[in-house]
Amino acid sequence: MINRIQILYKDGIPDTRGRKIAREAQNFLGIETGKIKSTKIYIINYDLTLDQVNQLAENGLCDKVLHNIMLNELLQPAGFYSFILAAKLPGVTDDEGISAQNTLSDLLGLTLDIRTQHIFSQELLYLEKNLSSSELQKIAETLLGNKLINHFEYGLLPVEALYLPEVKILQAKFRETIDLDVDDEALLEISRSRLLSLNLAEMQAIRDYFQQPEVRINRRHRGINRKVTDCELEVLAQTWSEHCKHKEFGALIHYENEQTGEVLEIDSLFQTYIKGSTEIISRRLEAAGNNWLKLVFTDNAGVVQVNKEQVLVWKVETHNSPSAIDPYGGAITGILGNNRDPLATGIGGAQLLFNTNVLCFGPPDYKKELLPGQLHPRRIFSGVREGIEDGGNKSGIPTVNGSIIFDERYSGKPLVYCGTGGLMPLKYGNRPSWEKKIDAGDLIFMAGGRVGKDGIHGATFSSAEIDENSPQSAVQIGSPITQKLLSDFMQEAVGKNLIKCSTDNGAGGLSSSIGELAQISGGAIINLEKVPLKYANLEPWEIYISESQERMTFVIEGSKVKELRKLAERRDVELTEVGVFTSDGYIDVRYDDKCVAWLNIEFLHNGYPRKKMEAAWQKQYLREPELINDEDYNVTLKRLLASWNICSRESVIRQYDHEVKGKTIIKPLMGRQGKTPQDAAVMRLDHESWQGIAISNGICPKYGDIDAYQMSAGAFDEGIRQIISAGGRLPDPDDKTAPFWSVNDNFCVPDSSYDEISNPDGKLKLAKLVQMNQALYDMSTWYNIPMTSGKDSMKNDFKAGDIKISVPPTILYSMVAGIDDIRNTITSDFKQAGNLIYLVGKTRNELGGSEYYRLYGEIGANVPRVFRETGLRIYKKMMAANVAKLIVSSHDISDGGLAVCVAECLFGTGFGADIRLSEDKLSKAALLFSETHSRFVVSIKTESREEFRKVFGSDASLLGEVTTEEYLKISVNNEQLITTAVEELLTSWSSSLQEI
Amino acid sequence: MKDVKALVVTGFGINCEVEMQAAFRIAGAKADIVHLNDIFVGAVKLADFDILSFPGGFSFGDDLGSGKVLANKMKYKKMPDGRLFYDELKSFINAGKFIIGICNGFQFLVKMGLLPNTAGSFEQEVTLTSNDSYQYEDRWVYCKVNPQSSSPFLTGIDVIALPVRHGEGKLIINDKITGKMIIELGLNCLSYCDEEGNITPQYPLNPNGSDLNCAGLTDSTGRVFGMMPHPEAFLAFYNHPDWTRKKLEDPNHIETGEGLKIFANIVNFVKKRELK
Repeated sequence: MINRIQILYKDGIPDTRGRKIAREAQNFLGIETGKIKSTKIYIINYDLTLDQVNQLAENGLCDKVLHNIMLNELLQPAGFYSFILAAKLPGVTDDEGISAQNTLSDLLGLTLDIRTQHIFSQELLYLEKNLSSSELQKIAETLLGNKLINHFEYGLLPVEALYLPEVKILQAKFRETIDLDVDDEALLEISRSRLLSLNLAEMQAIRDYFQQPEVRINRRHRGINRKVTDCELEVLAQTWSEHCKHKEFGALIHYENEQTGEVLEIDSLFQTYIKGSTEIISRRLEAAGNNWLKLVFTDNAGVVQVNKEQVLVWKVETHNSPSAIDPYGGAITGILGNNRDPLATGIGGAQLLFNTNVLCFGPPDYKKELLPGQLHPRRIFSGVREGIEDGGNKSGIPTVNGSIIFDERYSGKPLVYCGTGGLMPLKYGNRPSWEKKIDAGDLIFMAGGRVGKDGIHGATFSSAEIDENSPQSAVQIGSPITQKLLSDFMQEAVGKNLIKCSTDNGAGGLSSSIGELAQISGGAIINLEKVPLKYANLEPWEIYISESQERMTFVIEGSKVKELRKLAERRDVELTEVGVFTSDGYIDVRYDDKCVAWLNIEFLHNGYPRKKMEAAWQKQYLREPELINDEDYNVTLKRLLASWNICSRESVIRQYDHEVKGKTIIKPLMGRQGKTPQDAAVMRLDHESWQGIAISNGICPKYGDIDAYQMSAGAFDEGIRQIISAGGRLPDPDDKTAPFWSVNDNFCVPDSSYDEISNPDGKLKLAKLVQMNQALYDMSTWYNIPMTSGKDSMKNDFKAGDIKISVPPTILYSMVAGIDDIRNTITSDFKQAGNLIYLVGKTRNELGGSEYYRLYGEIGANVPRVFRETGLRIYKKMMAANVAKLIVSSHDISDGGLAVCVAECLFGTGFGADIRLSEDKLSKAALLFSETHSRFVVSIKTESREEFRKVFGSDASLLGEVTTEEYLKISVNNEQLITTAVEELLTSWSSSLQEI
Repeated sequence: MKDVKALVVTGFGINCEVEMQAAFRIAGAKADIVHLNDIFVGAVKLADFDILSFPGGFSFGDDLGSGKVLANKMKYKKMPDGRLFYDELKSFINAGKFIIGICNGFQFLVKMGLLPNTAGSFEQEVTLTSNDSYQYEDRWVYCKVNPQSSSPFLTGIDVIALPVRHGEGKLIINDKITGKMIIELGLNCLSYCDEEGNITPQYPLNPNGSDLNCAGLTDSTGRVFGMMPHPEAFLAFYNHPDWTRKKLEDPNHIETGEGLKIFANIVNFVKKRELK
């Protein structure tokens, strides 16, 4: 029998959850709900006695101080009129239910099946006001969940809702074969109707493969149907997806610069620029006998050596499409999925040290009418933020650095970049930790979560545009606790040398993980009937490509199986043998020993047709705006500080655990009151050494509207200068004491594949992508700062009917650099009255794309340009000044320019600043707000003045000094432009994001 | 002299075990990280240790309320010899040994009934639940040590700066007698305060709206101790958010962090007791 337990607050206990929803309904939806009483419901689908259910309720679920219980009836409270029930749809991750199952088993000492869902958690709210059905629906769908993963019931009391989200699937098909001997239109229809995202050339390549006489003969010999099976088609679609094969970054590109007439034939952007630049740097390091680059591009994450005992594993991914339709699920799955990359690099088992996140959203005050399927940017923001919070906090990984960028063009598809760094020992036993070695006969094990319909077609889906009919199975909810148990287990098992190597199950599931590993040994046999399922009756192909989360694939030697199984049992981790590696050149997928897929590995991985693309660059004619010149700069500065891209992120940062592990040395906010925003994060590697790393993120898509090359170069410069600002050093192949650097490049661009009708400006978009890559190459090889891993996301367009919202071309450089001694790092806050404030670097007339112009709705033309020679000279001087310990505070100048930078250095310090500029060339606005790269605001002690001048010469200019009077004062040529209390500036800066 | 031995519990989503181990090690103890299941099956014995520590984390993802599922597990789990693990815990306490729980560790000490245990019945008396802000908060706070408290963990500390990192740190004492006992016995050993040590309910100095502005509790022996803030996250001077300025003001600062004192206190206390 099904039992139902309701848990409700006792009188007098504050219902903070209810209050929060009431407040949000008022603030965001304008709905007056009156009081809200929040309660929890647990539906128990085990065969239990009433007494057992009662024990579960009394001792397991209820907190005696807080709660009362209702058993098999629901509270019908007096004075309340409406209710909303929020349940999860069948098959959606319900960790709370699983935890209740755990507690039930502990409590009663029963051996229960706790791996499949029998207890379902739900929320039942009572609302004081008599609300209409549409108001309740709005509250449910915008504040309590998402209709793609939640089932809602609402209405007027009394409530009778009993919803049991059991998964029921009718008998599954075993295997289907598909006839590909059809015309082109029919081929395309097969791709479309099966959501394969394969184009005509790819479908033809598959058809041709199956028509080869040799393939036909081989299949006949093995007793396999000559027609392609559903599973084979799915495996090919997954393996050949843009997400997995990066076909556009590998394409042949014909590039024309229509302005100069320059023509280039680019044989793969990835090979030419990304891998190309790293190879040059690697050779330089090699030549100097100083190669800390251990593994680049080939595995889940890049690996660099950090000291004699350890390597750093560092990866940044995006999870954009899922976050657009279910922000919480998309983000938490993104961060947990990205955690698995460093965790499953080489042998695996890295100790995860930190997370980063960079987010691009539409503005929270977005006012345009929402398109079908489009979520409001504020909802996306709050859901993604919560996903990152749970994903990081519940895994015990500090979120130490990040960035949030707002632009209307991200209101269709947000960008959600998740980064994770971890440490591995240099060697496990006598094997390098980053080595992936597999021999025929090694066993394939799957560990962690179970397999359901989750995320089927995730890999192909992310390669397609989103529309209002996007499949529900594309939505998944991560389970941090499942993954935490799995990663703890894995780290322990690797330490005991029980795992030969590992990889994670992300997009493409087993098909992807085993398919990739099988290339090493030369083949694999997979027995799908052994794979543990969340619920019965999945079709074999579904089991094979399902993207159910929190799973690892391990390569295990036969002699280690017994000990590994024992450990898994001791750690409550489900571990299943699912196959064996072979060397016969085939992926051989079976269910109950019957073949469901048999594919040649060479064809599977390299049989897809090479893509050819066209890029054409045309100069855009842009002009500088003519602005009235009598503005009140006090007002302008406050408006800038309150603007979306500059305002304080404190409300977000405080909800991320940024110091678990106790190793975070420079946190996002520092200083006397913990309010001063910092540039790079700094972490120590160990509690008993001072060695550390600095972590930064360079991203500035706004400049791409003027110049994609300068935008990409500028983002690279931003990443470097943040680390230099915090006291980092540049790499130097010839200097063995110089630190390692490791960069992830992440491109997120709109569809750049030209089509006369659907994408008429595709060639220009691709030209911008080419230029972004050229900048990457130029900057990387100039500074000897290598890409070690990265990712591209190529279809960031939201489509509804004829309307398309495309993201601006965006590149993120996520950088990590070694720090010799974290005790010498530098924060941005001014520290003592009387200290001298300097500008390092020179301001140019570069307001193009600036936040200042954005206030006036302008873009301008004078984009900040990167001068590598100047940058290198200045950074070396910063390094020299830091060796001499001259710099007391340093903050890099970016959004909002000099004036915003100085204001930020003051926040929470209890000081003011008196800045006196003299200038005859630049306008006042350019002086204050130009966003010229490679600049810093630093402060020094007065007694360091001479020495400081000797180091910097004309590369630094005195701005003024730190004062006890808490005002920011700025004058230009003795004209006082700004005199505002710091408190007032802080209020402007702090308010915008507070209630989101 | 014999090593002071600390057991650092892990598993099920606990995630501060490494810094907890470092804290005990730097404080001069020998510290082992042990998975709870290894204790449950008897592979590691509590009796071999002087100090038992429950680190922070998100055991079972805070499902059913923070610390709840793990508290249930520890309360109802039977050892291979048929004895309840909970009885082992009681014996450990009765043997005059020490328990510290931090953050999530404090939450399950409270929910298991080990804190404040005013009635001596080992039943849950108070609870820790959602912050008034209904938000997770990572911020630095000050805590004032109750002069009435004689807990060996807090010897010589008056005001201490530490980070809090929790969503459910609000102590609720819903029972008048329990409340009275806590105050009378000085079991509310730590209170949120300002920089000068003035106890305050004001947010964010008090980050969660706790009853009595309470940040930590002991039992009546002072040997069982739990707190929401994280002393193990302030082992080095360089953990403090204002360290760069403090360093400039005092170039001769010590390199350890204030949080280490709590661990040094208890390790030294055990050492001294051994000498006697």
